[in-house]
Amino acid sequence: MDIPVASGPLAPTTPVAPGAASPISERSQARRETLRVLFRRPAFIIGCLVVLGWVLTAILGERITPYDPFNDFSLGHQPPSSEHLFGTDRLGRDILSRVMVGSRDVLIVAPLAALLGVGAGTFLGLIMGFYRGIVDDILSRLVEAFLALPVILVALLTLVVLGSSPAVVVAVVGILFTPIVARTVRSAVLSERQLDYVTAARLRGESGLFILSREIFPNVLGPTVVELTVRFGYAIFTVATLSFLGVGIQPPSPDWGLAVSEEYTNMISGIWWPTLFPALAIASTVVAVNLIADSLQSVLTE
Amino acid sequence: MARFIARRLLLSLLTLWLLASIVFIIVNVLPNDVGRTILGPFAPQESVDAFNEKLGTNRPILVRYVDSIVGVFTLDFGDSFVNGKPVLPQLADAIGRSAKLAGLALLITIPIAIAAGLFAARRRDRPADRAIVLLGVTSSSIPEFVTGTILVVVVGVQLKLLPVLANTPRDADAITQIRYLLMPALAMAIVYFGYIARMTRAGTIEVLQSDYTRTATMKGLTTGQTLRRHVLRNALIPTVAVIAVQIGYLFGGIIAVERIFAYPGMGQTMLFSAQRKDIPMLTAGVIIVGIVYMLATLIADLIIAWMNPRIRLDAER
Repeated sequence: MDIPVASGPLAPTTPVAPGAASPISERSQARRETLRVLFRRPAFIIGCLVVLGWVLTAILGERITPYDPFNDFSLGHQPPSSEHLFGTDRLGRDILSRVMVGSRDVLIVAPLAALLGVGAGTFLGLIMGFYRGIVDDILSRLVEAFLALPVILVALLTLVVLGSSPAVVVAVVGILFTPIVARTVRSAVLSERQLDYVTAARLRGESGLFILSREIFPNVLGPTVVELTVRFGYAIFTVATLSFLGVGIQPPSPDWGLAVSEEYTNMISGIWWPTLFPALAIASTVVAVNLIADSLQSVLTE
Repeated sequence: MARFIARRLLLSLLTLWLLASIVFIIVNVLPNDVGRTILGPFAPQESVDAFNEKLGTNRPILVRYVDSIVGVFTLDFGDSFVNGKPVLPQLADAIGRSAKLAGLALLITIPIAIAAGLFAARRRDRPADRAIVLLGVTSSSIPEFVTGTILVVVVGVQLKLLPVLANTPRDADAITQIRYLLMPALAMAIVYFGYIARMTRAGTIEVLQSDYTRTATMKGLTTGQTLRRHVLRNALIPTVAVIAVQIGYLFGGIIAVERIFAYPGMGQTMLFSAQRKDIPMLTAGVIIVGIVYMLATLIADLIIAWMNPRIRLDAER
């Protein structure tokens, strides 16, 4: 890369005159530097703009949609026209209006699932990587077994057993993501714990808990933040797929995955617009989130 | 090598036991009344009890646990809740059809992705590399059913190049079958292109920076010779690993693709089972895909050990 890359949120960037700055301001300066590098990447900016756009349309909703997305029924399956830019669905609702509010559920469920998975996974990964020994052995085997589980199929099974609700979707997807995150954080901790600052803390007589939470954790924050955005992307992927399979977000939500599920059988008769536009909306969102994740990865962890 | 294989096999069996236990916990320990779930909230309590008796879901939990673990290791997944017949024979044909679809997807994606990854690595940070990386990020982040939908609309409905549904006519020859399977296979191939291409690129870049590559170049080998003799063997190790992992995920994504294209594979069977709450059928599907994943990673580990003796020797120590 021709762009100067900061090597981590805590890496010293510009030389500071001796005595001119406390460690705190150095840290915030490093953070500013990281942000500056990030905002120089077109991929990051485009990703942020797209996600922000969907968040805005979800929040503003009926105030900016051309029609009422829920209760404005006209003629069903009208092709795109100047009146209905994206056409109408089988009940005659305006598809543009529904696509604009279609991110509401998935943009709540997916981030929560990602947070749950990354929170639990980071916790487990820190413990596994730091304490090693029998705990690590047992948890590693469990992680291995979880990784063999096909995420979509297990989610399908669990949602059939428990019945589908947004809370269950968050829990299932979050728990299925936990081992993947734990493995990533564990390997980051393994390479940190050999470094001199950990030995120094040990020699100072710090407790294991202190070293783990105050010394190692801040230094694996970079990969953790990257993992959070990556998981957010996968969570949208997974939740959208589950909604398409009929066990995720339930009707009458205007959710994109659900919309594809309700209308995809009409594609064969040439009625493609109720399916294509929500599908493109999903594609734009997941690609945007992954562009953000990719930029964060190369700026924060290299 | 024999010790390595034995160790690795033992680990696989341990993983299979844990996996079967996790699935058992999902189905049995979470609060739910199977008879009630299937018969619905308005069925009288007596028929719910009778139904539970018939299914054996009212036996002590430990008995059911041992039963289900033994079942997994003997490939006996019990009887369907819906028609009372053993699950596995009912799934077998569908699994075969899914394997055909997944195989075609891999056949398309692996060579293209490896070629793209190698190409990008050799032009690191130039526009061609940036484009391939961006394409990889994009393609691997879009769900299969979305790619499938877009393909159907553009290739099937607008251009009318390929059949929209994947239900091949009976006794079709190989070419016709491939024609019908091409679009669903493409929908999956696009997702896996990104993962494999990025892995190949990363692996190759690492090897290209190594001392032995420099030595090879300095002793006068051409780029092609260096690649063939020294780089590929090591650069493709992470690629082999990621392909194995993807084979397991392939079966997760296949369910959505089969729905879009109405392909009668195991995904469709599992979706019908989900609608009828046929839990033995679903658990069998989950565990079979888990076994496929484990076999794929097992084979990948053996290939990797064969490609790189250092890994093999490390594991034997």
